[in-house]
This record gives sequence, structure tokens and C-alpha cells, in this order.
Amino acid sequence: MSSDKFLHKDGLLKLKDNKLIIIIGAIYFVAVPLFCRNSPYFLSVIINYSILSCISLGVWLTFSIGRINIGQAAFVGIGGYTTAILITKLGMSFWISFLLSGVIAAFFSLLLGFVLLRLKGIYFSMITLTLTASINLVFLNTDFITQGANGIMNIPRPGAVNIGNFTIIPSFRTENYYILFYYLVSIILLVCFICIWRLYNSRIGWIFRALRQNETLAQSIGINIIKYRIMAYTICGFLGGIGGSLFVVYIQNIFPDSFKVVDSINYMLYCFLGGLDYIFGPILGSFLLTICFELLRTIQKYQNLIYAIIIICLMLWLPNGIMSIKLPKKIKLLLNKK
Amino acid sequence: MVNQIIINGMILGSTYALIALGLTLVFGIMKIINFAHGQMYMLGTFTTYYVYSIFGYNFLVALLCSIFVLAVIGAIFERYLYRRVLGFAKREEVAMLLSVGTALLIEDSALIFFGEKRKGVKPVLEGVYHIFNTYIPAQRIFIFLIAISAIVIFLVLMQKTKTGRALRALAQDKEVTCLMGVNVKKVSMLGFAIAAGLAGVTGAVLALEYPIYAGSGTAISIKAFTMLMIGGAGVIPGAIIGGFILGMLESIGYGVFGGSETYLLIYASVIVFLSFRPHGIMGKPWG
Repeated sequence: MSSDKFLHKDGLLKLKDNKLIIIIGAIYFVAVPLFCRNSPYFLSVIINYSILSCISLGVWLTFSIGRINIGQAAFVGIGGYTTAILITKLGMSFWISFLLSGVIAAFFSLLLGFVLLRLKGIYFSMITLTLTASINLVFLNTDFITQGANGIMNIPRPGAVNIGNFTIIPSFRTENYYILFYYLVSIILLVCFICIWRLYNSRIGWIFRALRQNETLAQSIGINIIKYRIMAYTICGFLGGIGGSLFVVYIQNIFPDSFKVVDSINYMLYCFLGGLDYIFGPILGSFLLTICFELLRTIQKYQNLIYAIIIICLMLWLPNGIMSIKLPKKIKLLLNKK
Repeated sequence: MVNQIIINGMILGSTYALIALGLTLVFGIMKIINFAHGQMYMLGTFTTYYVYSIFGYNFLVALLCSIFVLAVIGAIFERYLYRRVLGFAKREEVAMLLSVGTALLIEDSALIFFGEKRKGVKPVLEGVYHIFNTYIPAQRIFIFLIAISAIVIFLVLMQKTKTGRALRALAQDKEVTCLMGVNVKKVSMLGFAIAAGLAGVTGAVLALEYPIYAGSGTAISIKAFTMLMIGGAGVIPGAIIGGFILGMLESIGYGVFGGSETYLLIYASVIVFLSFRPHGIMGKPWG
């Protein structure tokens, strides 16, 4: 891999004078609310893919240290159940549970990371796959907390956040909660994206790149590989946790197998489709595949089959993701890219 | 009771070892994990169902058909999908996602063509034997014998024949094998076909005991991965050991605990075991 690529990889997303950012920002925060205010379907598609993007950003981070992580659904489940239990059994507000789910999921990924990250390559992939399956079984068998196979249902939507008499965040328990959810997840996605972008372009990000290329070599020049790979895995767990928390208040229920192996594989797929070398990759990938899945909804019976065929075709013809396609010169000039 | 658990474990372990062997063979020669192995097993069960139950042929004919069909499918996958992808993909994970895609493809096609209802086949042999104070259905002994013979045939194939030597060489070092004059393309295709054939045997054999439905692939895939993790990936004795150990653990678990806690405990112990020995019992370091 030439280092040249790493330097210009996210050139498309440089925050200064780039028309693409303004266009996307305008669409997101002005156009969509304006036109889609009364169509919950479109908003729900966007909400869906936004939460999936947050989760996939976590998986992307583990890809960036060279590990294939098929265990993200476990942490999404942990985050989801944490929120569900805190809201229904302890009566906490969503906003605190949201942060706590992220923290608790990060805590578990920290503990598990010590053991799991010793494995490399396919062993790591296999053990994370097993982790997903085991966490489903854990939720199924711990009846006293998680209500087992019955799941937790009728989880109330987030309430308002008031300081004194002033409402900062309006209550979600009203009629038009879709637009509120839309703003919430979009802002959270934006924050996550900026944080990951900042992280990856900092010194720690370069250490992650070093870990990906050759862990032993990185260790030999003095990098504490254990600390950094656990750091990456913990952040991945945190993102999974907050994603699970968002899903739970959006769908308003959770069951032991709400997040299973096929979901883990999907998160991985979104990263792949978008392009593993680009931070924007998982967001683009989840966007495209969610849209694609919705469009296929009309052919209900063949939906999954065509989805599988699309995956295979992508691997055959576009193995490095969509963002690896080089734009023709005219479009590059239009977007002001250097 | 203990005898019963042990006998059940041995029989289960022999069939599991077959699955693990197929997966380890593919991993050894192509360095990818075949996610679709469970789905291939599922196709084996359906082939057996159709040839044995619907068309009414002898079970052994169904077994051979199942091996043949799976081997053809395996060869096609290798020739047209994997060979292309392994040739030019920059990252090795692409092949793994391709195997995920093929798994989804097989599972969803099966759902569409065969429907969602669970099916079963008539038993081949009736009667129960009473040996060593345990009850063993005659059919289980039949399954055990077929599984053991398949394992023995496979081992003989790998040790004594030219193809087997070529496969083992390919697993050790691909470039040097090319230099030795082996037609790597043909051998890879054969290897994948043999692995798929093993999945077919397991499918045929377990179709007698367990329900046949399109979703049975995923659970088998996860079990196969667990066996590989226990025994070590890419190593043939490791696969057999892993298969038998998982069979015994499952049998003990169901005998003592029962229900869904069994696999939870198995997974937890595997994770603990891997923290001490990350590469499995006989695995080589990988990564």
C-alpha cells in the first residue's frame, strides 16, 4: 500500500472549502425535513440507515486495526438491553440510559477485548461470531433481568429535557416523533463521524494504521499494541452500545435474538460496500444497502435472494468498495476536489 | 447414564468431525473460512430427502447423489467465484465476504425452492440394540459406521494418493507447490469439491436423525467454527479432535444441563480455553 493513498484518502472530506459538504449538509438539515415532514416511511428509512451507520463505524474502526469483527451485534444487544432495562425497570430517562448503554457496552468490550484480541486473523473472526451467538443465549437464559424469550416490550419513547421552564429537547411521545428521531439520529451520526474522523487523522489513527499493516513490526518499534487494539475495540463497543440504545427506543421492543449473527454480517457488509479505506465508507454502504433493501420490498419473496446475488456481484466486480471508484475529471472539478 | 452419554457423544462426534474436516480442508488450501459450509450441509439433507423419500431410491444411492451434487456445486463455486476473487482482491477479507454471499445465496434459494416447512425422512433401519447397559438405535450405529468410513476414506485419500499429497502441499505453501509442477487450479477445484462432498455426506447422514429445513445451515456453521477453534484450523487431526470434543461436550451438556444453557456453557468454555491456547489444540499460528 503506498502511503500516498492514506494522505489523500479523505481529501473528499476536508472540512475547508468543499462544496460536497455543503450540499450534503443542506440536504440533510433543510431539504429532507422540508419535503419529508409528513411521510414517516422516508424518515424511517433514513433513521434506520443512520443508526446502522453509527454501528458500522464501530466495525470500521476494528477493520482499521486489521481485524475482521463479526461480533458487533453482541454489543448492540448489550446496549439495547441496558437501555430497555434501565428505562422500564428503573424508570430512568432515555438520555441518561443512552450514555450508560454506551459506557456499559464499552466496559464489556474492554473486558472481552483482553481475551479475544489475542487471537488473530480468522480465529478472531470465528470467536467474534461465536460471541454474537453466545450473547443471544445469555439474553435468552438470564430470565431474571432480561425476561428471557418474552423480551421487553412497550418501551416508552424519550421524554423531554427541561431546564427550569425552558425545553431544550422536546418530548418524543407526540404525534410527529419521526421528525424528532430523524434530527436526533442525524446529529448523533454527525458527531460520531466527526469524532472518528478526528481520531483516525490523529496520532492514534496512524498507530491503528501501523497495527493493521503489521502488528509485530509495530510492537518492535515500541508501540503498545495491547493498549491500542483494546482502545479500538472499546470504541467499537461504545458505538455498538449507543446504536443498540437508539434502536431500542425507536422500535420500542427488544428480544434475545433482535441482533443476531446475520446483523453482525450486515454491519461488516456496509463497511465493505462503502470502501474499507474511507471513513465515509460505512455510512455510504449502509445508505445504499438500506435503500436497496427497501426497493426490493416489492418483490418480497425474492428480496433476500437478490440481496445475496448483489453481495456476490459486488465482491466479484467491486471488491474495494464504492468509494474506490475514481471520479471522472469533470465531476472532480465540479466538486472542487484537488 | 454415563455410558449413554459417552456413546451418544462418540456418534455425534463422528458426524461433527466430518463437517470440521470439510471446513478445515477449504481453509487449508484457500486460507478462507467457508461460511457456506453449513448451507452445503443443508443442501445435502435436501438432496437426500428428495432422492430417498420422494423418488424412493435406496439410501446409499441418496448418499452418493448427495456427495455428487455437493461436489459439483463446490467445484462451480471455486472455479467461477473464488478463483476470480482470490486472484485480484487487495484485501483478504473479500473472499470471506464472498463466502458469506454464497451462504446467503444457497440458504435463500433453498427457502424459495423448497419452502419453509420442516421435513423428515423415513428411518433406514428399525430396532434398538442394548449394549453395555445403553440403548443405541440401529440407525445410529449405521450413521456412525458411515461417518467413520468416510473419515477413513478421506484420510487414506490425503495420505496415500497423489491428489491428497498435492492438497497437503497446497496447504503448506502455494507457490512452491506451483513450482513442483502441480496444476494448482485443478487441485484447488478438487479440494473444494471434496470438502463440499464431505458436507454432503454429513447432510445425508444427519438427515436421518434431525429435521430437514432451510435454516439448518447457520447452526451447523457456528458449530463447525467452534470445532475449528477447539482443534485448530487448517490441520486435519485438529478437525477430527475438535469434532469429537464438541460432540462429547454437547452430549454431556444435554445430558446434565439440558436446553439452551448447554451451548452457552460450551461457548463460554471455548472462550476461556482460547485465552490459554489461542490457536486451538493443534493449530498453527495464523495472522
